[in-house]
Amino acid sequence: MTRLAGVAQLGVPAALVVAVGIGSTFVSAANEIYFLDALISVAIVVAIYVFVGNSGVLSFGQVSFVAVGAFAAGVMTIPLESKTGVLPQLFPILRDHTVGNVVSLALAAAVGGILAFLVGLPLMRLSGLAAGIATFAVLEITHNLLREWTKIGPGATTLSLVPETTGALQATIGALIATCVAFAYQRSRLGRQLRASREDAAAARGVGVSVHRQRLLAFTVSGALAGFAGALLVHELGSITTEQVYLELTFLTLAMLVVGGVSSLWGAVVGALAVSGLNSFLIEAEDGVGAVDLPSGSRLILLGAIMATVLILRPSGITGGREFSLPGLR
Amino acid sequence: MSVLAALDAQTVVDAVGLGAVYALMAVGIGLVFGVLRLVNFAYGQLIMAGAYTIAFTSTWPVPASIAACFVVVVALSMLMDRVVFRPLRGQSPAVMLVTTFAIAFMLQAIALMIDIRDDTIGEIATSIASFNQATTVAGVDVRKITIAAVIVAAVTLGLLALLLGRTTIGLHMRAAATDFGTARLLGVRANRVIGFAVFLSGLLAATVAVILTVQFPFVGPDFALRETIVVLVGVVVGGIDRLWTATLGGFAIGFATGIINGVLPTDKSVFLPSAVFALVILVLLLRPAGLFAWGRAAAAERV
Repeated sequence: MTRLAGVAQLGVPAALVVAVGIGSTFVSAANEIYFLDALISVAIVVAIYVFVGNSGVLSFGQVSFVAVGAFAAGVMTIPLESKTGVLPQLFPILRDHTVGNVVSLALAAAVGGILAFLVGLPLMRLSGLAAGIATFAVLEITHNLLREWTKIGPGATTLSLVPETTGALQATIGALIATCVAFAYQRSRLGRQLRASREDAAAARGVGVSVHRQRLLAFTVSGALAGFAGALLVHELGSITTEQVYLELTFLTLAMLVVGGVSSLWGAVVGALAVSGLNSFLIEAEDGVGAVDLPSGSRLILLGAIMATVLILRPSGITGGREFSLPGLR
Repeated sequence: MSVLAALDAQTVVDAVGLGAVYALMAVGIGLVFGVLRLVNFAYGQLIMAGAYTIAFTSTWPVPASIAACFVVVVALSMLMDRVVFRPLRGQSPAVMLVTTFAIAFMLQAIALMIDIRDDTIGEIATSIASFNQATTVAGVDVRKITIAAVIVAAVTLGLLALLLGRTTIGLHMRAAATDFGTARLLGVRANRVIGFAVFLSGLLAATVAVILTVQFPFVGPDFALRETIVVLVGVVVGGIDRLWTATLGGFAIGFATGIINGVLPTDKSVFLPSAVFALVILVLLLRPAGLFAWGRAAAAERV
């Protein structure tokens, strides 16, 4: 593969992300939210892709790290003067300290990564459906603890008063960071070892790849990116509940990845942008866009039907699970 | 047994009732998985459709209402097979599973659209709620529907055992579940076997719809969603490769949930999901091929 092809594989998805970011500055404030949602979806789906795409092991658990990242960044950036009032039951160390925007993003990535490492240590021995269900169990436990344990967060109430620092710039840079980290990882020696094990685990082991260790590494990187994406999300919304980072987000982001093409970074970016773009269009169409005026409530029906149709007609996703390439560029 | 003996009889009875319903759902999911290798996430929406049918026909005589439920659920199940499962045959498990997510989303959205016409979300199935009354047997409150659920589950599983073990179509289904490619080479007709499995799984979904609607007469678009997720987990924990281990898995997770709920102190009962799913992870780590899968298969799938 030439250097140019490698540049295109990162450059084109990155350029697409930047284009969406620039596009968001040309639309009204009411529509900007759709562009920011799309960019944050890219960050989350790329995070999931780092593990699921490279390892070939299905995980329903990555959104737990999004949730943990979102609540870590949210709780730690609420201004001190209001924190004791809204979250009186927090552990003192969480209650009496507040950090800035950038530190909170790094903190969320660290918390997501550490948690993913600890969870992955035993779980990465599993594969197939058992791995899928075990990671789903992680999501359930994370959700349950975040929802009920008021010493670490708001519990079942809404976490609000989080500074809304994720604008066009932060969302674009965030999505770019996720994309670049994913690209750097999959091109590294370690990433290639994991991709080899995805194609044939026995053969990979035969040439000395420790499948468990490589999966654990990808799971940790994915967890850190997911935590980071969660921080972007909470700083976009300003307030969040545990339900927003639970089942629906898990299914939607996994669907984005599979619709785009599960085994390529290009697929993750395209899937996230295509599905969130379609979703935004349908939201607007329910209120009437030009000649299109859909009845209220038809959005989810169409979204489900279109996603199912894409998967039936093109099971390997829009991109076919391949990286971006131009004819003649090899 | 000492742990069980320490529990009060009420907890055990409730746990068995829950386990029986989950076992029925597990059979429905396991049957389709056996012939199609497809984890049908939209199974809960079949049950939801049945529950809505009962709620919307509340003014009808109860047998007619239940019959309508069976017709709607079985028809929807067959339609799902024809439109969605058939084109997906042979695809990777991830693609099939995610497609059924999309279908589940779509069916929920359709249900919401139909439901919201009266400007409220949720319908109440009034006609069959009376079966939910409790009778007291030896100091233990047993709801009639719990007894019915246990009997229905036992009878259904017995009939299914006869069907699979003693009839030609049952033999074909078992052959297909073991090795679909070879079974087809030996003359098993794929569409017939799959169609029959989907039909049976639709019948089971309708049965569960009736039982659940009696227990929870308030029907919303997310009816049975939670139960389906838990049963899917139970089926994999039990061992999805065989129908009996899948069924036992479904029963086990229902039973375990009931028992843990009875054992947890009241102020800790909000952490019930954490306790159940921690147990799930533990079992998966110790027996990745399934809690009830014995022999060589149990050692497979380890990295």
